[in-house]
Amino acid sequence: MSENPPNTFLSAEHRAAWWMLAPALAFTLTLAVYPVIASFILSLYRIILSMPALGEPFVGLENYVLLFADPAARQAFMVTAGFVLCSTTLELAFGLIIALVIHAQFRGRGWVRAAALIPWVIPTAVASQMWRYLFNDQYGLANLIVFGDRVADYIPWLASPGLAFSIMVLVDVWKTSSFAALLILAGLQLIPDELYEAARIDGANLWQRFWHITLPLLKPALLLALLFRTMDAFRVFDLAFVMTQGGPGDATQVLQLYGYKAMFTEGRMGYGSAVSVMVFVAIFALSLVYVRTVGSRLMERET
Amino acid sequence: MMQRLLLVLGISLTVVGSLAPFVWFVLTSFKTQQEVEAVPPLWWPSGGWHFYRAALFDHHLLSYVGNSVIVAGSTTLLALVIGIPAAYVLARVKLPGKPWILGGLLTVSMFPQMAIAGPIWRLLANVQGLNTHWGLILPYVTFSLPLVIWILASFFKELPAELEEAARVDGCNTWQTLTRIMLPLATPGIFTAAILTFIYSWNEFFFALLILTQPDKHTLPLGIALFQGEFTIPWGELAAASVLATLPLVFIVLLCQRWIISGLSAGAVKG
Repeated sequence: MSENPPNTFLSAEHRAAWWMLAPALAFTLTLAVYPVIASFILSLYRIILSMPALGEPFVGLENYVLLFADPAARQAFMVTAGFVLCSTTLELAFGLIIALVIHAQFRGRGWVRAAALIPWVIPTAVASQMWRYLFNDQYGLANLIVFGDRVADYIPWLASPGLAFSIMVLVDVWKTSSFAALLILAGLQLIPDELYEAARIDGANLWQRFWHITLPLLKPALLLALLFRTMDAFRVFDLAFVMTQGGPGDATQVLQLYGYKAMFTEGRMGYGSAVSVMVFVAIFALSLVYVRTVGSRLMERET
Repeated sequence: MMQRLLLVLGISLTVVGSLAPFVWFVLTSFKTQQEVEAVPPLWWPSGGWHFYRAALFDHHLLSYVGNSVIVAGSTTLLALVIGIPAAYVLARVKLPGKPWILGGLLTVSMFPQMAIAGPIWRLLANVQGLNTHWGLILPYVTFSLPLVIWILASFFKELPAELEEAARVDGCNTWQTLTRIMLPLATPGIFTAAILTFIYSWNEFFFALLILTQPDKHTLPLGIALFQGEFTIPWGELAAASVLATLPLVFIVLLCQRWIISGLSAGAVKG
């Protein structure tokens, strides 16, 4: 259909294609790419929102020097790293169990799949309030289950640093294991049934079939789920903001919450931007690995 | 036998683990004020609907619901209108730099919100977009586009190319091929993308917190996160509000479980 001479820079088809892409690209460039670059630039200035009289002087890497010297920033990084490590490990384990369950053939499987999706679909803000109530020092179900009616033993779960951190991990695991399960399920569906048949004929028991067939063949899906969950866990915010406000002390003060408080509570726009940049760099490095993994499959299909 | 036993165990674990915490909140929402504050806590409620009435009429829940419907509805519509043509082009037209665009979109979907919060806040402040719904819809559309485009691009790729070639022979250009031939065929993919975009923008918290400062503009997650009584947290009303905020999502999951599962794995794994 293209009657343009082959030398023209853009054929009619390509021109149309770029027009159809243009709105999506415009949104992405203005509200995603530009802001990231602007964050880099802002992080080189000293900007205090509450004191506009100071102006916005260029300070070079001062914000980063402050950031690396700040024990609160180091604490936020450690909390986040610990959270990522604990939650992704548990999510992969539970995700694998859920995936195996919802992959099996049984009556009412649709209902079980729907039930497994419920935690994922509940807004994190709602889930955080819900779990805050479950771990309430007096009215909470957790106390009822652990201590029954020995009211004197009831403990204020979220007031203890270690417990508050563990509860934050628990809620994230509850909420996102089913998402990990979906990624793993997609991998399970690629394993041909004949392999299991052959193994059964050879006398392999359930455990051997899982260990020698399922697990090795699931490795790519598990890696992808791990990568995906790591990136997502790294940017945890809602959970800490609603459930604990980062407390007690700074036991659940994750990086994004730390940056948010610096920027919008204390109004230190420049310093907050430096925190943002650090979070961005960490996740961006991970996402390059991710894009390579997923992207390479796409290229394969292209050729 | 062993396998059967493990399966039953796994199913019970999955169902009870997933639902029990939420069921407790549902029970709470039907208690009386005394039952909510009972120590030790009571299992069964006897209260009825009074917390729902209180949440709806004394705690602005109706206004939150309205705001969330406006924001999530507009976001879904806009993201589809913008995302469908882009996805079609990326799936079907040979363009230079296409893998870069697709890879870039995937990266954008992983951006930490803080990395863009400051500049977006300043940008919106400059155009009087803070504390408006459209100021929230714009970033929502931006961060829904990667998912919409990836789901639809992988969907368009599965459709037979012969149909398009026939359309071309009949003289359709790219746009006409998309709107007349491909769009009707892509309905299931569009449906999936719409559901996931709606869920995302119904649930999103960070940008809502950043952009909406006045309570009359708050969406549901923000309203529920900042739920306040005069002195203490009104747990009964909060539970009722949470159940109401989650109910539409539970219906969506029950009705569309199949599409959600295929869409999420298409967006994240299949490529």
